[in-house]
Amino acid sequence: MSLTLLEGNEAVARGAVAAGCRFFAGYPITPATTILNAMLSLLPPLGGVCLQGEDEIASIGACLGASMAGLKVMTATSGPGISLYSEQISFAIGSEIPIVIVDVQRLGPSTGSATRGADGDINFLRWGNSGGMPVIVLAPVNVADCFTLTFQAFNLAEKFRCPVFIASNKEIAMTRESIDMDALQIPDRVTRTAPPGGQNFLPFQVRKGRGVPDFLPIGGEVPVRQTSSTHGINGYITTDHNEIAGIIKRLKTKIHSAVDQFSFHESHTVKKAETLIIAYGISARAAKAVFNVQKTTKHPVSLLVLKTIWPVPEAVIRRATRDIKRVIVVEMNLGQYVHEIERILPDKPVELLAQMDGRLITPQAIKEKIING
Amino acid sequence: MDSLLNNERPPVFCPGCSHDRITHTLDNAFQNMGLTAEKIVMVSDIGCSGLFDTFFNTHALHGLHGRALTYATGLKLARPDLNVVVTMGDGGQGIGGAHLLAACRRNLDLTLLVLNNFNFGMTGGQYSATTPLDAEVGSGFLNQLEHPLDICQVARSAGAPYVTRCSGYGSDLADEIQRAIEFKGFSILDIWGVCPGRYTKKNRLTPKAIESMLAELPPMQGVVAENKRQEYGTHYREAAARQRRVGDPLKIEARFAPPRPGRQEVVLLGSAGQRIITAGEILCLAGLTAGLQTTQKNEYNITVLRGPSISELILSPEEIDYTGIEKPSAIVVLDQEGVNRRRAMFDHLEEDTLVVKIQGVEIPACKAQIHGVDLKALGIKKPDWALASLAILAHPGQIISLGMLTAALKTRFKGKILENALELIKKAGAI
Repeated sequence: MSLTLLEGNEAVARGAVAAGCRFFAGYPITPATTILNAMLSLLPPLGGVCLQGEDEIASIGACLGASMAGLKVMTATSGPGISLYSEQISFAIGSEIPIVIVDVQRLGPSTGSATRGADGDINFLRWGNSGGMPVIVLAPVNVADCFTLTFQAFNLAEKFRCPVFIASNKEIAMTRESIDMDALQIPDRVTRTAPPGGQNFLPFQVRKGRGVPDFLPIGGEVPVRQTSSTHGINGYITTDHNEIAGIIKRLKTKIHSAVDQFSFHESHTVKKAETLIIAYGISARAAKAVFNVQKTTKHPVSLLVLKTIWPVPEAVIRRATRDIKRVIVVEMNLGQYVHEIERILPDKPVELLAQMDGRLITPQAIKEKIING
Repeated sequence: MDSLLNNERPPVFCPGCSHDRITHTLDNAFQNMGLTAEKIVMVSDIGCSGLFDTFFNTHALHGLHGRALTYATGLKLARPDLNVVVTMGDGGQGIGGAHLLAACRRNLDLTLLVLNNFNFGMTGGQYSATTPLDAEVGSGFLNQLEHPLDICQVARSAGAPYVTRCSGYGSDLADEIQRAIEFKGFSILDIWGVCPGRYTKKNRLTPKAIESMLAELPPMQGVVAENKRQEYGTHYREAAARQRRVGDPLKIEARFAPPRPGRQEVVLLGSAGQRIITAGEILCLAGLTAGLQTTQKNEYNITVLRGPSISELILSPEEIDYTGIEKPSAIVVLDQEGVNRRRAMFDHLEEDTLVVKIQGVEIPACKAQIHGVDLKALGIKKPDWALASLAILAHPGQIISLGMLTAALKTRFKGKILENALELIKKAGAI
């Protein structure tokens, strides 16, 4: 076996390139800057483009343009940049433009602390678009996830024609870690589908039995329309409320109805455990340390590590909590995702261990929560 | 050539709107150039100028207010062969000012048509970035307080190599547009027009008045000699082709046995400029040569060469879950700044922690074994102390072996730097 020392951000960049990303635009911001650095060394020699935009709005805008020209695109920032991305994120959702957006979270609110970790954007990523449409958010736990989940994010963005977020964290992104590159589980590449030939192309028409429109690039032989306005299947503004309702509903169901296909998670179960810890991101590692210690004691706990955060993988959560009497949600914020768990499990006691001070949640703190409640 | 106007969606502007004339003139320009629909993408954003894309049977991308240039940039970089024509209003110039400046500086081959009618037509005639001070518009007195922007002067100052100011009623407008599209680089046309729906309700502005106003301004007619330079996309592709391909990250085979069993935690406490992060990386690489899992978590200020620099390292035969330091095997104390940032850590140290401490640095009282060293006396300079301290951590039975350390240095450094590093390790290892 051979090992490689890799930073989380570089793993994101390499995962993106492996998935076929050929366009990146970003604006420097700690702790996401090293993704821009890595893309700048990786893409140009491959004939790809890496652009430093004049600001975050321009960076994601350039990505949306390039995506509409048919390229696989990515941008990366931190919380303050996600704030600026917001209008373009809404565009990508509503107009079904594939893009991978990396949020290397840092301690907020606002400019907060550039070099302190947090998972404070978890709800912001879900709800930070006008219209409140659902999005896909994946959360890596380690450097291997940074590679593989970014790859998966591209596949999902292509398949569902939507933005897919990587909710990273300074503590994963800027930490170097050993990784066995040969052991990575790399999926096949997915690319957006072209329409079958022989008929008029309508940019938002969905074939029977499908939830996602076919794609033709701007710049191809057939003129293609794209618009941020409320549109019908022909890509022109519509005022037909039935058509509007149909498209809006489809934007939701195409993602929600498919979540079981991409509910990435790790379930660590001890048969007699009555308590389940639910964690994601860097905090899942402290939880895993606790799981490993407790599993051979009289008070073992089970652990569910969620790597698909949005849409909420409800089936996975229900399955993991079937024989569980008590749930503890561990979060590096003031308690955001815990509300989803409470919603799904109204009959079970759900407790929260939340910490938002720039430090990692320690295994000791989790242990104390288990013992003392 | 055939018209590229969309027969099913004829232009619908307010009666007398200059945009209507410009739409048809743009179509004439396309026809004169012999351009076909699939060779053109119309990029627009919000406002009356944002209706343009729907009137043409070309590729089209309509996006958010002021952001048309951002999409156009991505499209053109992805498809250099496309004619990318951007329409924006004076409103879009105001909200998207940063993108205008960037487009001028970048000089990507885009054509920007600014449909400048001196107010926000669509939202009720509020003042825009170009509304004259004495105009009466839908923003009360506010426009009297803000100086209007001369788009052309701004574009020129920002480096646009092609700037034209013209009237939407000019008989040569189609030629003007054609020249701008044919120009290889960023071209901007500031096209003045009348907004009868809003602006001329209370202000007198006619095609003739526009003509005389333009005549009083310094002419802006096309190529700006001092800004002429290579087009961005071509330049980009030339420079990119010279970049060397980056290889896969280095894989390190395990070929040593670690000197100690179990998880080893090491903390390097120093200051910026001591190459703490590099030393931490070397320690991790040394771990990899023994097949150990490793993590490196760093803390430093955003300033360079000022403030503390700390590296927290874990080497373990098991998968590393928690990346924080719980029970350090060794702490290397190299500078007071690092110690001050981690004072609390010393309260919990046990007897089995080794503290390697540079002479003169004060640490809080603790139970750990303290091993004072004077690297200065050995003639080792401060920027090398962190690396030198790894030699002490490679003493028999410590964190790593000398073989691991040497192998790590050989993977990280080459040539003279490697020689110096090996020499340094030898010198410090003798302590």
